[in-house]
Amino acid sequence: MSEINAPIKQPPATAKDGGSAASGMEPKRPIKISSGEYHQRWRLIKDALARYGVVAGGLGVIVAIVLIFFYLLYVVYPLFISASAAPVSEYPVPEQALGNTLLLAIEEQNEVAARFTDSGQVVFFNAATGKTLLTQAVAIPEGAHITSFAQGSPIKEGAVIYGLSDGRAIIAKQQYKVTYPDNVRLITPSLKYPLGEQPLALDESGAALEAIAVKVGSDSTTIVAKTADKIRLINFKKELSLFADEAALTRTDSVLDLPTAGIAEILIDKDESNLYLINNDGQLGYFDISDKSSPDLKQQLNVVDAGQKITSVTFLNGDLSLMIGDSSGLVSQWSMVRDKLNRPAMQKIRAFKVSDKAIIAINSEQRRKGFMTTDADGIVGIYHSTAEREMIKERVSDALPSTAILSPRANALLLQSAAGNMHFWQVDNEHPEVSIKSLWQKVWYESYPKPDYIWQSSSANNDFEPKYSLTPLVFGTLKASFYAMLVAIPLALMGAIYTAYFMAPGMRQYVKPSIEIMGALPTVILGFLAGLWLAPFMEEHLTGIFALLMIVPVGVMLFAFAWQFLPKTITQNLPEGWDAALLIPVILLSGWIAFQVSVPLETYLFHGTLQDWLKAEMGIGYDQRNSLVVGVAMGFAVIPTIFSIAEDAIFSVPKHLTVGSLALGATPWQTMIRVVLLTASPGIFSAVMIGFGRAVGETMIVLMATGNTPVMDLSVFQGMRTLAANIAVEMPESEVDSTHYRILFLAALVLFMFTFVFNTLAEVIRQRLREKYSSL
Amino acid sequence: MIKAWFKSGTPWVWLNAAAVSTCLIMVVGVLGLIVVRGVGHFWPAPVIQFSYQEPGGPVQTIIGEHIDTSITPAAMAKSTGHIMADDEDTLVQYLIKTGNRDITGADFRWILERNIQQQQTPAELMVVERREWGNFYGQLLAVKESGKIIAAGDQAWPAAQARIDQALAIFKEIAHLEKKEVGAINYSLEQLRLEQKRLELNNRWDAAAEQRLAAEKAELEIDYKKYQTQLSELYRQIRRDSLVATTEGGKEIEIPVAKVVRIFQPNTMSRFDKVWHYGAKLVEFLTDDPREANTEGGIFPAIFGTVMMVIMMSIIVTPFGVIAAVYLREYAKQGFITRLIRIAVNNLAGVPSIVYGVFGLGFFVYILGGNIDQLFFPEAAPAPVYGTPGLLWASITLALLTLPVVIVSTEEGLARIPKSIREGSLALGATKLETLWLTVLPMASPAMMTGLILAVARAAGEVAPLMLVGVVKMAPTLPLDGNYPFLHLDRKFMHLGFHIYDVGFQSPNVEAARPLVYATSLLLVLVIVGLNLSAILIRNHLREKYRALEG
Repeated sequence: MSEINAPIKQPPATAKDGGSAASGMEPKRPIKISSGEYHQRWRLIKDALARYGVVAGGLGVIVAIVLIFFYLLYVVYPLFISASAAPVSEYPVPEQALGNTLLLAIEEQNEVAARFTDSGQVVFFNAATGKTLLTQAVAIPEGAHITSFAQGSPIKEGAVIYGLSDGRAIIAKQQYKVTYPDNVRLITPSLKYPLGEQPLALDESGAALEAIAVKVGSDSTTIVAKTADKIRLINFKKELSLFADEAALTRTDSVLDLPTAGIAEILIDKDESNLYLINNDGQLGYFDISDKSSPDLKQQLNVVDAGQKITSVTFLNGDLSLMIGDSSGLVSQWSMVRDKLNRPAMQKIRAFKVSDKAIIAINSEQRRKGFMTTDADGIVGIYHSTAEREMIKERVSDALPSTAILSPRANALLLQSAAGNMHFWQVDNEHPEVSIKSLWQKVWYESYPKPDYIWQSSSANNDFEPKYSLTPLVFGTLKASFYAMLVAIPLALMGAIYTAYFMAPGMRQYVKPSIEIMGALPTVILGFLAGLWLAPFMEEHLTGIFALLMIVPVGVMLFAFAWQFLPKTITQNLPEGWDAALLIPVILLSGWIAFQVSVPLETYLFHGTLQDWLKAEMGIGYDQRNSLVVGVAMGFAVIPTIFSIAEDAIFSVPKHLTVGSLALGATPWQTMIRVVLLTASPGIFSAVMIGFGRAVGETMIVLMATGNTPVMDLSVFQGMRTLAANIAVEMPESEVDSTHYRILFLAALVLFMFTFVFNTLAEVIRQRLREKYSSL
Repeated sequence: MIKAWFKSGTPWVWLNAAAVSTCLIMVVGVLGLIVVRGVGHFWPAPVIQFSYQEPGGPVQTIIGEHIDTSITPAAMAKSTGHIMADDEDTLVQYLIKTGNRDITGADFRWILERNIQQQQTPAELMVVERREWGNFYGQLLAVKESGKIIAAGDQAWPAAQARIDQALAIFKEIAHLEKKEVGAINYSLEQLRLEQKRLELNNRWDAAAEQRLAAEKAELEIDYKKYQTQLSELYRQIRRDSLVATTEGGKEIEIPVAKVVRIFQPNTMSRFDKVWHYGAKLVEFLTDDPREANTEGGIFPAIFGTVMMVIMMSIIVTPFGVIAAVYLREYAKQGFITRLIRIAVNNLAGVPSIVYGVFGLGFFVYILGGNIDQLFFPEAAPAPVYGTPGLLWASITLALLTLPVVIVSTEEGLARIPKSIREGSLALGATKLETLWLTVLPMASPAMMTGLILAVARAAGEVAPLMLVGVVKMAPTLPLDGNYPFLHLDRKFMHLGFHIYDVGFQSPNVEAARPLVYATSLLLVLVIVGLNLSAILIRNHLREKYRALEG
């Protein structure tokens, strides 16, 4: 290798000859001075190049660590930038002559929008330019006119219902077909009638339908309609018979037992099993309509402050909570919460002070738990309920808004002003779910009895409320490291003290490498043993483990006490500093005794197993893969780290200090405690720090030796989920650049910062210590 | 007196000694546990026939291998719902591997010792290792060829052996044809498809190119047809024979020979036979592909993947680590910058490995890989080539992770080289680079070697980051094969450590897989402990050498 690019053939043997090289070795042949100027220059150029290369390489290490940090930050950063909205276009309301707008809708791609008018027309138009694409009239029968209107659900181009003056109703549905002629996307809108074009007769007497609500499901449709004196509930159930191709509709009718006065809003949830009626004075009536023939009034309560009126109400995505806006500009979220007796009851779980004016409209997002408010001042706000975050607050039009809608992907909004203009805005709101509160504080999630710390990142369905509380994960991480350190610190530090100071050099030569080998064992093997061998073993011998903790130290002490009474002839045969070897059989024996004793002890003390006793007497559950298992396994992994660094620190305490102390008459133990440990304490501290850093970031052991449930439970007999294990479990399944993905990066960043602080601190302390020793 | 004894501090010294002893016991215990469990797996255990009668039930026959014994004290047994007699102190249960999962639905069964009426080891009991449904335990009745019995009774055993040997040879040929030949054709076809797309993207897709590709394709398809007929003939041959056997319940079942890996009668095997069997199983373990969702067969792809990854990583980490160490020791002025670098090195060593995985996935795979795909492999879109976890990214990620190990070790080696050697070289007129290249680095090479060995040991055992950047539970192809360009850095690979995690924790049949996991662990531990010991030896040797040099 030395020949490759050496212009001057120096004898490469210098390295091999060792000792003589230093003491002026005779060159085997005279150095040939290169005659060419070129060669000389080339040598210098190469030297300079190498210098730059090496410097760059050396600084590359810093670059690497900085790169990791900034890359993590770069991925996490979008979580914390605020959302923005910007106008795209403004145009007069298309086909204004066809009546006032009842409802606006936009399809998935934000290309086509629809305007449902009070004259029964549907105008489809280009959302960006306002150009009319298609106008269709809903098949309103002769002689009737529209008296009420409602949208079933904004999701999936949901159905709308028209209540008519003759007690009948029509359900219509917008549909968008996407085709790619010539590789250009073309969206064709159309109108469909899911329950047929014929109006459905809801009120036999022909009274006008004053308010109406509908939910169209795949095989069941529920309509609630209010006439002047009755509130009717009608359900159509599709029953597929075996032989007919056409499904037959079964109709169920019932009348709600509630006075009709003042009922302004009717809401049916997506399962068609809960019905909410809201009247103008802020009364909310909640019915259980699982049985369509006998609706059951469960609760009636006031949902706004005295003197205020409900001005707008809608479901939050998922139909589990109601967002109620009142005349004071407050939007409150009401959700079904089970009380102590397991009865469902509506409860206010949070409120947003949106404005000082009345809320005139609330629109919820279709994929997330966000919503848009429009107030009487003309200000549009976009909020996220779980994160309790105000994302956007903008004045979209100078005139008062009359109707507004958020696009299905919540990346655009369309607003009609009273002045007859349409405003099309784009919204940039990628990660509304994240706020300091939603990550670190207690959050009251929908259908939960109280605010809590929950990590539950994903679920199969679309309207799931993601629960991104990092608190249980950080708690789990600290819990796991705490138990690991509980095992590792005493063993490692005591071991280090003995090995560095008392042990015979002959034994130390073997002990140190063996403990370091312990550190080289792959954690996946430790985790595997912990999960599949130690956990069942511990479950079976729990009492034995506790007996071990008590009996082994006692056994060692007894042995040590007895040792001094042994005849000198025996004790002197043992060379000094080999006590540890002597203790191995003692520990094994007392360990064996501990397990033997534990069985009768357990029967005597607990009349059965310790686990049962704990469960019955103390109410402590036992999980097979618990913190104790993790503590032992991870302790095992951390011992070598702490041991090695602490041992080095103690061993390199200058000899003259200890010798001086001993010469002054101190016992070896006093020297150890008062002189050596004191001097080496910064080193020991940094050993513990580095060990702790390792425990915090350990992944495989925790992944395999715990149940990975993100619970916040201090019990030794329960598992946990740590930040690192959480990343390992969820990262492969998370969608790139989604909120979940970025939060996992945030977890990695938290781990990184954590270990960075600990390691830097430890390293600085160690560097100081080294300087101190060299000055002593 | 006890007070005086405590005051002297002796008990505390003893207690500290006990801590060391405990650590040693733990290390030896863990290693011993792995060795004992890992070594025993391949030894053919006797197959025992139990006459078993549950209280009030009929006598049944259970055939299987004894796996484990559990002894539960009476009180505990009572609390778990067992009925205990007054004179019983303990409840003894045996875990029996009964196999025959296709018939009984489970491989394992716990039985109570007190219900065993009789147990014996009849010579004629056989174990059939199958490619599906795990082991079969029972008696061989006959051998069938195309549905007709050709051997029964005493002749059945040798006939079965012969047929199985025959079938294994055919199986090997089929595997060769399917994996190598047909695999190569499929690979070429895929390359042709990509080439076509590439030409189309570059607007160079014309009649000439179309003709050329069509011709190549036709050629490949002819080959493919040829192999297809060969294969169907081989399949016909291998499916011809079957074994007829009875289960413990006396049920007669037919096992196709094609599904049999080996049959043996452990109760009649001599010690030599058992050693032979052990050797054969060991070779299978080390050189074969896994079967049955990784719970049976070998771990060759995992060994191969680990080795490939480690080699790639070594190639990447060594130059960087050595250069950084050289900078720290030879070029940099000791001061603020070097302190900063040391802190950086220490942090690199201390950052949790999973963070490297996250970084590797985000930065290497999605950013670097995604851009490489856009620039160089537009024809493969939307399927990613380098924009997905794979061998290259795993190697780079682990190189970053092991960088501190190499730096620290090399630096230590450089620090031990006496200054006089450098000064001598410089005094003779060599430039700094020449000094470094010709004297210092050769002398420090054992230290670099140590660092590299430690890095390899670390990388071989690391799992968490690999789960994110390229390891899979089952890779269909090795990263190195006979198809140009031979080394496929974009492929996913299997890894010993991940294999342990996956088989031990994600497998549907953990109990059956456990012995294999112990064996895999043993292999991994042997490799890692071996590497570490050699590193320690080299280091000690080096220290001695330089001590002599300085003196």
